[in-house]
Amino acid sequence: MNLGLCRERLSQNMNDKNLNPKLFDQDIERVPSRDGFGEGLVLAGEQDKNVVALCADLTESTRMQEFKNKFIERFFEVGVAEQNLVTTASGMAACGKIAFTASYATFSPGRNWEQIRTTICYNDQPVKIVGAHAGISVGPDGATHQALEDIALMRVLPNMVVVVPADSIEAKKATLAIAKNNKPSYIRLSRDKVPTITTEETPFEISRAEVLWDLSAAESFRHSSSGRFADVTVIACGQIVYQALLAAKELAENKISVRVINCHTIKPIDVKTIIQAAEETGAIVTAEEHQINGGLGSAVAEVVSEHFPVPIKMVGIKDHFGESGEGGELLEKFGLTKKDIIKAITQVIRVKNK
Amino acid sequence: MTLSAQDVEKLKLTANSIREDIIKMLLEAKSGHSAGPLGLADIFTALYFNVLKHDPKNPNWEERDRLVLSCGHTCPVLYTVMAYAGYFDKTELLTLRKLGSRLQGHPHRTALPGLETTSGPLGSGLSQASGMALVGKTDQKSWRVYCVMSDGEQDEGNTWEAVMFAAKYKLDNLTAILDRNNIQIDGHTEDVMPLDSLKAKYEAFGWNAIEIDGHDFNQIIDAYSQAKELKGKPTLILAKTVPGKGVDFMEGKYEWHGKTPNSEEAKKALYELRTLQGKIKSEHE
Repeated sequence: MNLGLCRERLSQNMNDKNLNPKLFDQDIERVPSRDGFGEGLVLAGEQDKNVVALCADLTESTRMQEFKNKFIERFFEVGVAEQNLVTTASGMAACGKIAFTASYATFSPGRNWEQIRTTICYNDQPVKIVGAHAGISVGPDGATHQALEDIALMRVLPNMVVVVPADSIEAKKATLAIAKNNKPSYIRLSRDKVPTITTEETPFEISRAEVLWDLSAAESFRHSSSGRFADVTVIACGQIVYQALLAAKELAENKISVRVINCHTIKPIDVKTIIQAAEETGAIVTAEEHQINGGLGSAVAEVVSEHFPVPIKMVGIKDHFGESGEGGELLEKFGLTKKDIIKAITQVIRVKNK
Repeated sequence: MTLSAQDVEKLKLTANSIREDIIKMLLEAKSGHSAGPLGLADIFTALYFNVLKHDPKNPNWEERDRLVLSCGHTCPVLYTVMAYAGYFDKTELLTLRKLGSRLQGHPHRTALPGLETTSGPLGSGLSQASGMALVGKTDQKSWRVYCVMSDGEQDEGNTWEAVMFAAKYKLDNLTAILDRNNIQIDGHTEDVMPLDSLKAKYEAFGWNAIEIDGHDFNQIIDAYSQAKELKGKPTLILAKTVPGKGVDFMEGKYEWHGKTPNSEEAKKALYELRTLQGKIKSEHE
């Protein structure tokens, strides 16, 4: 195969989506996605005076601090009381406010799920649940503070929108988008610094999964079953999208072509893009920093099994709690890196070719 | 504000009719809660026919007072009072809990215009009312917020989170009415989880608290007026009520918290209500 042509097409695809030109460099920028939320919230506050913010004693670490500094009259501290956090916000939403509520994801939506279900989702009030410190990469605080179940908790609720930004820039866009969607919404944020894979110009629309990487046009990939499409699709969310891109790049050099989809909106999920991936590539790997049970992988499997069944392998937390450690160490230990995605890809392609 | 004897009599008669309709709708529904709604009939009658600034023909009127029913299971009284006030036709009361009804087993805001929230799971109404009152304060609105709670839901931690919040933000446009009827599903409140003294507890949390007889219209209306006048604090009206009020065999019995009368019991209950427990003659059987 012509590796030179392959690289050229890769860079074209990346250019289409305006990804960070330093995507595969060692010194790629690393910023926690919560920072992007903080910036987005200030912008949302500037754009609409009805935007208010409530926090449960974690104003700095959830990055509500800037909003508080700028709009003190629109910021409300509720103390360590997550049930009150979201129900008070429901009352404010009933009176026309766009209420953002922030805590760590293990506490909100972890502790106050029923209140979110009844007073926000069933009651259809457009409260925004901001779950910071989600995922295993929370690190040293240990399993009590590493939310690995929050996507599952939120995506089963009617009316709820669930967004998992891949990086800080996407978190900013997602924050601005949910400020305007007039729906109950959940946004999941990371504590740890994560590689900035997108740019301001990368397309972002709630409910539309983005293909960030695809070798479908690379005619030189003749070993692909159809001859026209990638061998496999990796559907990922959050910071694991970066690991998926690393895996795709490495495999490209080994003549395995991969489509990488950033599925930032878990609900409503982009059914069309997922079915298309199943039809065209015939095998799927999902990857997420969340329990496999009930998370992105389950959501994708629900769509694929009903519409176009193809083999699926899921990379995620396998029915375990986390533990203390550095974020990177934990991603390694719990099998959420490029290496694990490559292994899953190899396995799923074997099943596909049987 | 003082009520004339005539005003009081009118409110009493309305409340009594409302109790009759509660019995009829519960008989038809075959499930639901009896004791709480009967016990709250006077408080709700006072709210909808004397206290609240509202417009049944324009339920979303921006300047309306907001009434949050926290203990959603007592909704038969809310539905009945709303029907009496003109939000919908009284015949619809008999659809309670039936398929396709706007009168869900527990109130659902988007199903029925005039409901301020969806409730049922206990302990979250006061928080929502506080959120509304907070907006009323920050946006300098003249409307007020009322929240009706049960005593059983004082067991909930969420309630006390809201109690602290409302005091912190000095929500003097918020009045909470606590239905102190001493019963909950598993028995008497003091056996299930002791609550007394609620007045002292709310005062210790920075609230103004007024204890009243929840069946005395003069006391009820007077307490609402006091709450309206007071600045800097939310007010709790601790209303002592008799669960099952007006129906002798239900009064004070926790067994009637979560069940409905059969046709024989309903007949007896309606007779008691029509005769004001034997004090007057009924035109009906």
